[in-house]
Amino acid sequence: MKPSTIWADKLKKLTGVFFWLGLWQYAAIKIGKEVLLASPLSTIKALISLCGQSAFWSAIVFSLTRIMLGFVLALVVGVLLAGLSAVSDMARYIFAPLFSVIKAVPVASFIILALLWVRGGNLSICISFLMVLPIIYINMLEGFTQVDRKLLEMAAVFRLSNAKKIKYIYLPQIMPYFTAACTTSLGLCWKSGIAAEVIGLPNGSMGNRLYETKLYMDTAEMFAWTVVIVLISFLVEKGFLWLLNKINGKITDGFL
Amino acid sequence: MNIEIKNLSKSYNGTPVLENLTLTLTDDKPTCLMGTSGRGKTTLFSIILGLIKADEGEITGIENTRFSAVFQEDRLCEELSALMNLAIVQDNPHKAQLSEKLINMGLTADEIRRPVSQLSGGQKRRVAILRALVSESDAVLMDEPFKGLDEDTRRLVIEQVKANLDGRLLMVITHDEEDAHLLGADIIDL
Repeated sequence: MKPSTIWADKLKKLTGVFFWLGLWQYAAIKIGKEVLLASPLSTIKALISLCGQSAFWSAIVFSLTRIMLGFVLALVVGVLLAGLSAVSDMARYIFAPLFSVIKAVPVASFIILALLWVRGGNLSICISFLMVLPIIYINMLEGFTQVDRKLLEMAAVFRLSNAKKIKYIYLPQIMPYFTAACTTSLGLCWKSGIAAEVIGLPNGSMGNRLYETKLYMDTAEMFAWTVVIVLISFLVEKGFLWLLNKINGKITDGFL
Repeated sequence: MNIEIKNLSKSYNGTPVLENLTLTLTDDKPTCLMGTSGRGKTTLFSIILGLIKADEGEITGIENTRFSAVFQEDRLCEELSALMNLAIVQDNPHKAQLSEKLINMGLTADEIRRPVSQLSGGQKRRVAILRALVSESDAVLMDEPFKGLDEDTRRLVIEQVKANLDGRLLMVITHDEEDAHLLGADIIDL
């Protein structure tokens, strides 16, 4: 694509963003009540004010570490269970109803139930884990079962070591499923983790801070926190995909 | 080395594919298995490689035998280059030697470093054949290896097979008697 076309495309996208920002500002002025609809300018002011508080940064660290811990745990457990199910029909039959139930139960039910079992501080770990686990499991199981059996036969005939089988046969075929699972689950994990915090109200979490803005009717700060949540979700997703690409690059380095 | 196949039988869903087959494969001379479709040539190939089990009969001489094979499909790792597809079947690959062998098979220096997914069907076939030859094996089995190759390439590849066989046992399944003549092989009609 020509550089001029790229710029024209970016400009069109920015036009869309500015249109909605303008409409938001117009609606806020028309309504005239910050408590009902904070304007973009008030939201930016609130955001700048939040950035100056150490509690703001510690809330981000609190929530981010816990939600990402739940995500990483789900990745590890999901991959292991999918691997087990790929080699054992019995394991697949045992796990199938469990994951069907996890997928069908609303996240709010899990949050309420989890409040009985875990301390508030660990709630977001538990919820993000539960939301991500079935996505990872289902995608990875699909990946494992789609591995080319004929290539595995070839590997057996040529006596390829397990390390070579994993590197040259399994990983290239499974990585697209792993990447798709991560992309799908990252946003969901972040949103459900924050939802869990809003209900469980662990001290020092982003969810708790968001809830407090509702209590104090501080709509501008509520919007500011929402912007932060969206921004972090975006950055985490981009960062994780960048990391996956790097890992993929390392794996395929010796392929040519 | 000799591989003795005695009274081998195999059926699929009650339909016999191999019935009391007895034959000997030897490293003295290549063997070409011929016969019309459905006579059990590929089934025999898979049984010798240990990929499927025979219903009856026995095969002796394959204990501790290291096989390499050309399957009916290329079965190459598509993301890997032609060179890497050869290198992974060796314990200590010597890439310069492997590159030379690929060039002798009619591939260019550029083609051998491309992912095989970007090669033509004929080029992939040649890589698959060479993979079986460069693998550290005692016996080489090939199932219709020259199918789809044009006449000149077929002759070139057969020359390379003979040059790289190094006295190993070779069994080739083919429908073309010309292949057997070019290989200097005994023909067994199934």
